[in-house]
Amino acid sequence: MSVAAPNQGAEPSAPLAAPEPAVSVSALSKHFKLPHQHYSTLKERALHPRRSRSYDMLHAVDEVDFEVAPGEFFGIVGRNGSGKSTLLKCLAGIYEADQGHTIVRGRLSPFIELGVGFNPDLTARDNVIINAIMLGLTRKEARERFDEIIAFAELEEFLDLKLKNYSSGMSVRLAFSVAIQVDADVLLVDEVLAVGDVAFQHKCFQEFHRLKDEGKTIIFVTHDMSAVERFCDRALLMERGRMVSIDAPHVIARAYNELNFGRIAPAGVADRFGDHRAAEIKDAWFENLAGERINAHPQGEPFRMCMEVAFHGTVERPTFLMALRNDVRHTIFATSTDLQDQDTGTYQAGETAVIRVQAENWLVPGRYELTPSVARDPAGEDPLDLREDLADVMIHGSKQSGAVVEIPHSLEVERR
Amino acid sequence: MSVSTAQHQRPSLLGSDVSRFWNLVFTLAVTDFKLKYYGSVLGYVWTLARPFLFFGVIYFVFTEIVGLDKNVPNYGVYILFALVLFQFFGEVTGNCLGSLVARESMLRKMRFPRLVIPLSVVLTALFNLGMTLIAVFIFAIASGVTPTWGWLELPVIIVLLTIFASGCGLVLSALFVRYRDVQPIWDVTSQVLFYASPILYVATMVPESYQRAYLANPISALLTEMRHAVVDPTARPVWDAIGGAERLLVPGGIVVAVFLLGLWVFTREAPRIAENL
Repeated sequence: MSVAAPNQGAEPSAPLAAPEPAVSVSALSKHFKLPHQHYSTLKERALHPRRSRSYDMLHAVDEVDFEVAPGEFFGIVGRNGSGKSTLLKCLAGIYEADQGHTIVRGRLSPFIELGVGFNPDLTARDNVIINAIMLGLTRKEARERFDEIIAFAELEEFLDLKLKNYSSGMSVRLAFSVAIQVDADVLLVDEVLAVGDVAFQHKCFQEFHRLKDEGKTIIFVTHDMSAVERFCDRALLMERGRMVSIDAPHVIARAYNELNFGRIAPAGVADRFGDHRAAEIKDAWFENLAGERINAHPQGEPFRMCMEVAFHGTVERPTFLMALRNDVRHTIFATSTDLQDQDTGTYQAGETAVIRVQAENWLVPGRYELTPSVARDPAGEDPLDLREDLADVMIHGSKQSGAVVEIPHSLEVERR
Repeated sequence: MSVSTAQHQRPSLLGSDVSRFWNLVFTLAVTDFKLKYYGSVLGYVWTLARPFLFFGVIYFVFTEIVGLDKNVPNYGVYILFALVLFQFFGEVTGNCLGSLVARESMLRKMRFPRLVIPLSVVLTALFNLGMTLIAVFIFAIASGVTPTWGWLELPVIIVLLTIFASGCGLVLSALFVRYRDVQPIWDVTSQVLFYASPILYVATMVPESYQRAYLANPISALLTEMRHAVVDPTARPVWDAIGGAERLLVPGGIVVAVFLLGLWVFTREAPRIAENL
């Protein structure tokens, strides 16, 4: 590339003078014909020349436009079948786009997956050389870099072992080590982070940072939102072949989670208890400290759980209750006006109460549902109205301790 | 890399990088060659065993039982050469046919010129042919065939045969991606070609009236010339057998036409191979 060699590295996401984009995609579309009956023999084609003409058009990628600046880390996310891999294949020149075009400035890595062309019957040594040649190195370069590749993969002892005797983790390590030798300005990567153990992933991440510092442009497809938030400068969300939005990673991660979890449990079908004649729960929601309603919220930041109750008759000292359940349906938090010794007084018909509970956010990433209720008795045994899972919130973040909650703590190691 | 190059992305036939192209062809061919007898104890011996064992059977049947060797000097050497060359043709076409489907994962996950795959098959077959020919020449000399300058014609014959076989291979490989019944069709066709070419017999045994039509088959023409150049200088050269040098334009034209057809079909299909697999 002609761009001044080592990128300043500090803020590659915001190119000031807007240099020429490393990748620009305009109105890219890719359709697949899905025949109703698949004819793959000549006889069938000869016998039914017309019938095979009926097919469905699958718009795998539909009018996608975006530009990626040099040195940018660009994520493409979307649910299964949203067209992200097809898009990547069009970018890579594996599929031919039906409309629109892609312009890549600089050398493009030829692979979109690790270990393409690995042959299980050959030794690691042979496979490394072959794979490196496929990447575009010459035989000589491949031999020169061989030791470096093996050292990175930490597989010195297993050089002459046939690849079929490798564990899957070992061969992924080998493949990754070869792949990073590529002399490309633009790398396309499909779901690399889905494989390998934690240590290997860490190594991959470090390597990604190094590539980023070198000013390489990386476009990667993933389902892993924590990786998107960690590495990407921007991300693109796709759904059914269309571009939903391009935005900052945390915005896209939130939208992705909404897209995913929004579909699984449609709101309004949850169970409801009580006759809700005297008091009716109108609404429940989560909000941030600025009072804006939220569907997703970053881990660690305080938030509020709210409910709104309308009274249709006189109720003396009602008890308002809220319970929060996590995605395995354990109630991990509950509170009520009774437990908090709040005297709620008497409500008349026509009055409305809004109850807000502000909490420290000890929640681990995941989806939470709020069950609000209002009852005549202090324990909430006899609800006037109880609406299960009326509101939900997605807590997102990258710290996955595996525990139910994240209790604020300090950790100290003392050597004796 | 000093100039920023903008390129449109689409699957390509040849690619822009010639050295990478040949590197890939060569690497794939060598790998296939290495893997061919992977795990077999005798390895290279099997490359020879197939034509030689087949040759042994045929030689016995056709000399002892049918008696085709009358008036044909060095009949044994001839059928051995013919068999080896036809086997080469069969290997190129047969292996090209399934090559794209066999390399599906590469085609779907990597950008590289599509022509690499059939060409690597051709190259592997050439390696095999080279190895086999060493043994065949030793056999020829041992059988009393004297080396002549005519032997230098053999590379030309092999080049022409390779062009013809590659043309067929390109068509077959591209069509097989769409129509799986190309395989049985080709199985039968190559059987027919085997008997329609002078492999078990020599072309001059064919009645004079059919001779011209018979020699329009490029394999027949090439094998007839091979007989004259390599096995028996007293045999009629192909231009004489076909009845005039200008008539050679027919088999020659077929070779060129098939090759161009192969390139055309393959070029047309190349951009869509990955998605049709």
